[in-house]
Order: sequence, then C-alpha cells, then structure tokens
Amino acid sequence: MSSGFVLSWIDYSVMIIYFAFVLGIGWALKRYMKDASAFLEAGRSMPAWVAGLAFISTNLGALEVMGMTGSGLKYGMLTTHFYWIGAIPAMVFLAMFMMPFYYGSKARSVPEYLKLRYDEKTRGLNAILFAIMTILASGISMYALAILMEKVLGWNFHLSLVLSAAIVLGYTYLGGLSSAIYNEVLQFFIIVVGLLPIVFLSLKDVGGWHGLQQSLAPIVSSKGFAPDAWTTTWKYTGSAAANPMGVEWYGIFAGLGFVLSFGYWCTNFLIVQRAMSAKSTTAARNTPLIGAIPKMFIPFLIIVPGIVALVLLNNPAKGFTLPLNEAGQPIYDYTIIMLLKQYLPAGVLGLGITALLASFMSGMAGNVSAFNTVWTYDIYQSYIRPTTSDKASDDRHYLFIGRMATIFGVLVSIAAAYLASLFGNIMDFLQTIFSMVNAPLFAVIFLGMFWKRATGHAAFAGLLSGFFIALVHHGLTFPAGADTIVKGGWIAHLHAYPVEMAQNFWTAIFACFTSTLVTVVISFMTTQKKPDSELKGLVYALTPKLNEESVVWYRRSSTLAILVLLLVSILTILFW
Amino acid sequence: MGLDIKLPIGLMFTIFGILLTVYGFVTRLDTININLWSGAGMLVFGIIMLALTFK
Repeated sequence: MSSGFVLSWIDYSVMIIYFAFVLGIGWALKRYMKDASAFLEAGRSMPAWVAGLAFISTNLGALEVMGMTGSGLKYGMLTTHFYWIGAIPAMVFLAMFMMPFYYGSKARSVPEYLKLRYDEKTRGLNAILFAIMTILASGISMYALAILMEKVLGWNFHLSLVLSAAIVLGYTYLGGLSSAIYNEVLQFFIIVVGLLPIVFLSLKDVGGWHGLQQSLAPIVSSKGFAPDAWTTTWKYTGSAAANPMGVEWYGIFAGLGFVLSFGYWCTNFLIVQRAMSAKSTTAARNTPLIGAIPKMFIPFLIIVPGIVALVLLNNPAKGFTLPLNEAGQPIYDYTIIMLLKQYLPAGVLGLGITALLASFMSGMAGNVSAFNTVWTYDIYQSYIRPTTSDKASDDRHYLFIGRMATIFGVLVSIAAAYLASLFGNIMDFLQTIFSMVNAPLFAVIFLGMFWKRATGHAAFAGLLSGFFIALVHHGLTFPAGADTIVKGGWIAHLHAYPVEMAQNFWTAIFACFTSTLVTVVISFMTTQKKPDSELKGLVYALTPKLNEESVVWYRRSSTLAILVLLLVSILTILFW
Repeated sequence: MGLDIKLPIGLMFTIFGILLTVYGFVTRLDTININLWSGAGMLVFGIIMLALTFK
C-alpha cells in the first residue's frame, strides 16, 4: 500500500511535543511512587473526572477508532449501538449497583473480589486468563501500530515497535497506574482535538448532515436497503435482511445490550481498575457515569466520518480511495487514515497522526498497568511470595515486583507483537477465545453480588462451563463467507450466521445463560461455607445502602445516572 | 497524587495552539484555514485549563 503520506517539520514537532509531555508526566509522578499501593492502585486518590475520562480513554484504543470508522462506512449509524445500548446501560449499572461492592470491599482487583466473595480457585482461574488476555491484547495493539507506521508513514516496523514499547514502558515504569491514568486523560483530549477537524471538514464537504443523507440515498438504495438505512439505528432492525449489519433488534438488545456489554464494562478489570483508583466511593460510582457522557458522543467523532467516506468512495471526483488487501478487497480499517490524508494539511495532520498514536499507546499502557496489578497481587502475592509480618518490607518488595512486572509485561507484549506478525490468524484466534471469558464472568459476578447463596464451587464450575459452551458454539458455527477457522466452524459447520457480529452476540448469550444455570444449580447442590458476616460488603442484601444525603444533589450518582440515561434516550430517539 | 493533570493539559494545548495558529497565519496564502482555526481553539482551551489550574 502506498498512501503517499508526507509529514513536514511541524507534524513531527507536534508528535515530539506530545511524547515529551507523556514522558514528563511519568517523570513528575516518579517521586510519589513510594509503595505498591501508589504504584499499582494510584493510591486510590483520583478525582472522579480524571478517573472518568481515563475510564473512557482506556476503551478508546486505536483498534477501536480505526475499526469503528470502518464500521461506520460499512454499517452506518447502526454502529452507534456499540456506544449507546451496547455501553451506557452497562456503565450505569456498574456505577449504581456494582462499584459500591468493588470499591467498598477494598478488593484491589476484580480477581481479588472473586477471592473475597467466592474462593481462591475462582480468583486464580480469572487472574490467569485475564493476565494472558491483557498481554495478547497489548501485543496485538503494538503490532497494529507498527504495521500502520510502516505502511502509512514508511517507518521501519522494528523501530516503530521498539519505540512505542519504550515510551509506554517509560511512563508506566516511572509513574505506575497514576501515570497511565493521567496520560489516558491527556490522550482523550488529543484524540478529540486531533479528530475534530476531520468531522468538521468532511461534513462540510458533503453539505452537512442533510447533504450527507441526500448523497447517501442513491448509494444505499443501490445496495438494496432503504435510503435512510445508513443514518438510522433501530428503524430497520425488525429483519436481519433490512439492515446492513444483518442483525435483528432482539439480537442487538440481548446479545450486545445485555450480555456482551455487561460482560465487558462491568467485569473487565482493565476498565474497572480506573474506577477503583477513585478517591472515594462516590467518586468511584461517578467514574463510569462521567465516562458515559463523552462515550455517547464519540460516534459523532469516529462513525460519522466513516459514513461520509462511503459518499466519497462513490464520487470519483473526490479522489478518495481505500487501500486494497491481497485479495483485492478494501481495507475498511484504514478509512480514518485515508480521511486524514484527504482533508488535513501539514500541522493538523500531525495532530491527527498523534491522536492515532496516542490511542494505540493508551490501549497498550492500560493493558500493561492492569497486567502488573493482577500479576503482583493475584498471582505473585497469592501463590509465590505471600505477605509477611513486616509491612514496610512487603511494600518495598511488591513495589519492586510491580515495576518488574511492568518490564516483563512490555517485553512479552513485544514478543506477542512479533508472533502476530508471523502468525496473525493464530493471535486473532487466541484473542477471540480468551475474550469469551467475559460473558460467563459477568454471570458469576452478578450472581455473587445479588445472591448470597451462590457458592465458590458453583462459581468455578459456572465460569468453566460458560467458557466451554462459548468455545463449542464458536466451533460449531461460522459467519457466512468465512474463509478461515479463526472465524469459527473449527469443530463442524452446524449453523451459518449472516454476519460475524450475530455469531458473537449469540456466543455471548449461550455462554452467559449456561454459566448462570450451572452456577445456580451447583449452588443448590453445595453448601455455602461463608457466613453472612464474611459476605457483608460483598453481597447486596447484606450491605448497608449508601446514603447520598450529605452530597449536594447535582453531585449525587443517582442524579448523574438519570442525566446519562436521559441523554442517551434523546440521542436514540433522534437517530431512531 | 501530587500532580494536577490540568497543568500539563493546559501547557500542552497552549503550545500546540500557538504553534498551529502561527503556522496557519504564515501559510495563509499557500493554497477554511483549518490550522488557524484549530490552533485558535486549542489556544483558548489551553488557557482555560491553565486558568483552572492556578485559580
């Protein structure tokens, strides 16, 4: 692919200034890293707005930005389901019902909550799967960054890989989780500022939103869909054939809106860790709610330009093209890159490229900082070197281990990136497999928080059975047109889904249902060994309700939650 | 954690704002002047963040 990107001195200046600030933040925080808690938990001192923006920035990795712009081109506004029904209800649920337990239990990680609520084996299983998953994700993100730099800017693949790893290692080693969180806030602003000119210029180019709708109508009609199929969200979900995503409303509602989103937003420690770093229970509850506000407007930043790209592609006079892969198919993930090239002159182009680099690095740093916490607390401290009576010595030791885990995490990520370059499909497959643990994990944690009868043996069996059913479902089904077993059907071809997304939704639904059923049945067959006194602060019915009367009304989580739900309802109605 | 994150955000965007505003102005005849407008926007944002930091 030859994209013809040429960066000037001002573009490089913007990049250098940005990375100087990123490393500077790590350096400024170094002197505060006096113990393991400061390094791995940010000392539980973050204000809600900082934790909230970091919460959303962690999720705003470059694979997300590039993938969702490409999805905007392919599916139109239907892609916003990942941001509205597929995120906001779960974030509100996490804030209102789950954060009081995660935060109030003093658990330092999601696996540790499982240990407190259930037992050691359930924690161990989750910790090991999570540690592997984060390193895989970090490595794949690193690989994607290096390949992008090579293809778009002509930079050397190995140099890009090592340089990006060195920057991430630099600021996470120096400032730990605090540095990762502060930089995620910085990255959030740079991503917004770097991509805003694209939104403005691309919409202006097609005559605004109204002009976009008019330009889309003949293009979309020629594909066999209604003229407004690309600019509506629910209108054509009555039938899978009537919308470009190929899914029905109940698949979106149950698969994405419930199982997948709750599994991701409520139990993924990478995300929840940001809220657990907040300075109080109220701040921890407000973290996902504050994050939800920018989350619901991100589609206008990355999906709308993707929809504009569809119009540009169908108008030869605009000179807009997408690079082709070896099979001659357009690479949709490169839509945002080609839009940068189409609209941005030197100067803001450097800002746009920096925004993409920032989003890659926020994904990597988030994974590495979550990995070092789980490794230090849930694996090393639990199974290799437990705490002693000398707290000061322990603190120094675990701080050292946390730092070593950061180096180890980055080095293994580099190895994973090289594996991805050699065996890309295998890495994709592994990531798909490990991501299947989210839905059963949500079922187990949900039952643990709201049903005191759920037992440790049942939770362990529930996690394993849900994971197993997800694997079997993936192995027996495949999306239509799939040409590789990475997409499923590696046991037998029992059922074909119209699109991969539908297969993902149903994999999650089956896994969550199985996990719930097994956990409930085995709980009734086993004895609850933990007395009520031990479950206080871990189970809803046994925990005193939070009283927000001392908090001014507009800072209450309940007020913020109502505002968030109201906003997302208005957006949903506007783009119905 | 000792560091007010508004300070680096304010400083960085003020620097970006000045850089892009000046660049946009200098290159204004080189065939929306997006650098000028983006730079001005960032400059305002950066100054607001710095003001909040020192308030």
